[in-house]
Amino acid sequence: MSVTTRESRPGLALQLHPLSRRIMHWVNALAIFVMIGSGWRIYDYYPALPVDFGFPYYLTLGGDLSVSEAINNEDGLANALAWHFGAMWVLELNLLAYLIAGVASGHFRRDFLPLTPSAFARDFLAALRFRLEHRLGEYNAVQKLFYWGVLAAIVVTILSGLSIWKPVQLKELTWLFGGYEFARVVHFFGMTAIVGFLVVHIALTLLVPKTLAAMIVGRASSAPHRRSEGER
Amino acid sequence: MTGSVLGPKPIVTGIERRLFLRQALSLGALTLLTGCDISDQDAVQSVLKLMSRWNDRAQAFLFGGHRLAPTYAESEVVRDFRYNAYFPADQAPKLTQSDYRLELSGLIADKRPWTVDALYALPQESQITRHVCVEGWSMIGKWSGTPLRVLLQRVGADLTAKYVGFQCADGYYGSIDMPTALHPQTIMAFKFADEILPQKFGYPFKVRIPTKLGFKNPKWVTTLYVTNRMPGGFWEDRGYNWFSGS
Repeated sequence: MSVTTRESRPGLALQLHPLSRRIMHWVNALAIFVMIGSGWRIYDYYPALPVDFGFPYYLTLGGDLSVSEAINNEDGLANALAWHFGAMWVLELNLLAYLIAGVASGHFRRDFLPLTPSAFARDFLAALRFRLEHRLGEYNAVQKLFYWGVLAAIVVTILSGLSIWKPVQLKELTWLFGGYEFARVVHFFGMTAIVGFLVVHIALTLLVPKTLAAMIVGRASSAPHRRSEGER
Repeated sequence: MTGSVLGPKPIVTGIERRLFLRQALSLGALTLLTGCDISDQDAVQSVLKLMSRWNDRAQAFLFGGHRLAPTYAESEVVRDFRYNAYFPADQAPKLTQSDYRLELSGLIADKRPWTVDALYALPQESQITRHVCVEGWSMIGKWSGTPLRVLLQRVGADLTAKYVGFQCADGYYGSIDMPTALHPQTIMAFKFADEILPQKFGYPFKVRIPTKLGFKNPKWVTTLYVTNRMPGGFWEDRGYNWFSGS
């Protein structure tokens, strides 16, 4: 069964997202939001980087500090950790389901491939000149690389996170990330890459709101598409 | 390594495993509930507690009774090791060799208290391992002492029981699972960096557990007990995960 239909009628751009993908997208969005928010607070308790930098408390997640102090006589780390290690399972199980579905349904092959360096160079240069048009239901090479990139960043962040969580039981994995201390740095930069993706991802969604509609109701189409000169 | 001591362990992990797999079925339902960003509400707190208990089981499942924590070279040992407690070092309990007694309680056959001399006469071994704090910092240190399982064996503790609990002179308390208590690297540390354990680090001993986070390594232990009822712990009762394995 086709997951994303490119053109059901000539000239009509159509984006379809099956219900399963929409659910996985929003579960993932929620899990990532919780992981980043709680992760920022955890980071602040003992920064992994040797620089004077911390996340503002109001941007972090894990409950109100005064409530934590009143109920638990504890300064807010326990709650952030509880959130982090709770949302961890949601993120991982959801991602696993997405990866299996993505391969099995052909979503990855059809929508994220082929991806060649020349296609990327062409689309990237077009994007720099603001000449890259967004076509519903069809990803350009820059988008494709972005999706592969964020998937890789999420996988690396999860694996480095597991290696911090279990430096004994998963010590081979911790070793692979350069030991406990360095794995924390990898985990931090994995998060940074995901946040970088989110900035672009959300900005582009605001520029092309129909893509958001498609991810909510499952379908969006645009009027016959006029190709600008010089494109393709 | 110590097959006879660890004999009962497979039964314990077998039960944990079944519980773990059964819990897995309800995880799916649970995942739908974690969305709210106001984490102080009672409902949210109870979901977080459920997830934390789930994580206890997941960690017990992951725990390898013979899987050793990485060890390091003497040259990697941190000499100026961090003092860490919820009070300043000069307020740390001062236990003396003459007055100190380790009291035993619970599912233990021989509950006679132990003196410092008797404890220090037990066979000792050394380890150079990484102490990982729940806050994220870590330090490599050298600890020497007696494997906890040696003491548990000598006093006839019920090794099929679920928990070993600790009471400390500073009011701190904690508990660990029996498989971790029997792990070969879980020791009563009498020495730090080849010197008798300083007062601020827990004299006469701290329980050094390299397979657990730092706060699961109690200092100034005055009572040790074996039980099947979950005893909790100082930080665990303040919202931190109970198993907190590494």
